[in-house]
Amino acid sequence: MATVAKLVEETSSARTIVFDVPQWKRHCAGQHLDLRLTAPDGYQATRSYSLSSGPDEAPQITVERVDDGEVSSFLVDIVEDGDTLEIRGAVGGYFVWTPRLASTRPAPLLLIGGGSGIAPLRAMWRSATTNVPTTILYSAQTHERVIYRDELAAHESATVKIHLTRQEHDGYETGRIDSRALNAAVGTGTPPHTYVCGPTAFVEAVTQALMPLHPDASMIRTERFG
Amino acid sequence: MATRGFTGRPRTDDGRVPPGQYVVDDFPVLTAGPTVGVTEQEWELTVGDGNTSKSYDWKSLHALPIESITVDIHCVTHWTKLDTEWEGVRVSTLFEDADVGDYDFALVSSYGDYTTNVPVSDLVDHDALIATRYDGEPIDAEHGGPVRLVVPHLYFWKSAKWVRHIRLADEDEPGFWEAAGYHSYGDPWREQRYYAD
Repeated sequence: MATVAKLVEETSSARTIVFDVPQWKRHCAGQHLDLRLTAPDGYQATRSYSLSSGPDEAPQITVERVDDGEVSSFLVDIVEDGDTLEIRGAVGGYFVWTPRLASTRPAPLLLIGGGSGIAPLRAMWRSATTNVPTTILYSAQTHERVIYRDELAAHESATVKIHLTRQEHDGYETGRIDSRALNAAVGTGTPPHTYVCGPTAFVEAVTQALMPLHPDASMIRTERFG
Repeated sequence: MATRGFTGRPRTDDGRVPPGQYVVDDFPVLTAGPTVGVTEQEWELTVGDGNTSKSYDWKSLHALPIESITVDIHCVTHWTKLDTEWEGVRVSTLFEDADVGDYDFALVSSYGDYTTNVPVSDLVDHDALIATRYDGEPIDAEHGGPVRLVVPHLYFWKSAKWVRHIRLADEDEPGFWEAAGYHSYGDPWREQRYYAD
């Protein structure tokens, strides 16, 4: 069981839920939690959410409300401080980035997120030390929908480019993450370990554009939702 | 114990939805890496047991009897899609045609190097297809087209996309997700999600 220790309203539609979990074991960046909710009549709903916390932080998830989302709207609108939720995890061993991977195969880190797909990528940039060159490409609809806005703006060691697809705004790129942006992010040096997370259409568009640019497709890992 | 404040959506459970699953109307995509682009012309499937092997291309596969099944599919990420319609060649028909021996396990591999293990009895005694059409249309690449395996009674990661090779053996060898902490068998009705379930 996990107790809600803190709630952070990230945007008008997304919030971070920080948990207090007794005997929490360090997780790997990119792993997820399974949450199981139980209604008074015994009906249960289970969903997986990526951990957005770095391995040295208390476990947390960042949830965006989706239309007709019976679990996401509960988590964003109903959950309060001190509530207890049934969790399982951390689980998952593929869409992960660990310092061990970085030392067995040294390479820069390229994180590409769409919408709330930025959540597991935050766990990765929190666990990457400053000597791993890190690039973050993030696509959001509008400036108001950018999750971790302040943290990204203050990130000192990573190159951060945030693309707004439905708005022009100072300090942001306008339009989708395209081949040009991807080409610049992949660079000409050692090919980067690349993690792409977001809605299915986003991940499909990004990976199809990325494949001809990236010298080693086996270094591209993806996670899709919706 | 009930979760404070949670009521959930209206109940529609008529015994078709395994525990921990919810019904979706769309068709989510779950692939470990990028979608693999393989055309009908390039696609080839080899079935072998170490002694005998036979390869099929789009045309020779279609020379075998084509069947259609309508089944519910269950993804380990908790979604279930009801009444999906697939067309293709029964795996049992394929094995018979390839004249492979009697082995207990199959390791299925895909274009893009994905692998998954399935007991042979689950491929030949159940509705398992080498599918070439979904919902009356060619299968989209992101859903495993042109040809994917469909083993509907197990979690859907067993239904390898872009299937390229089926190797039969006496020993069970874990595939990609099975080696990464997921369950070796993956029965949705027993919630065999992770290795310790």
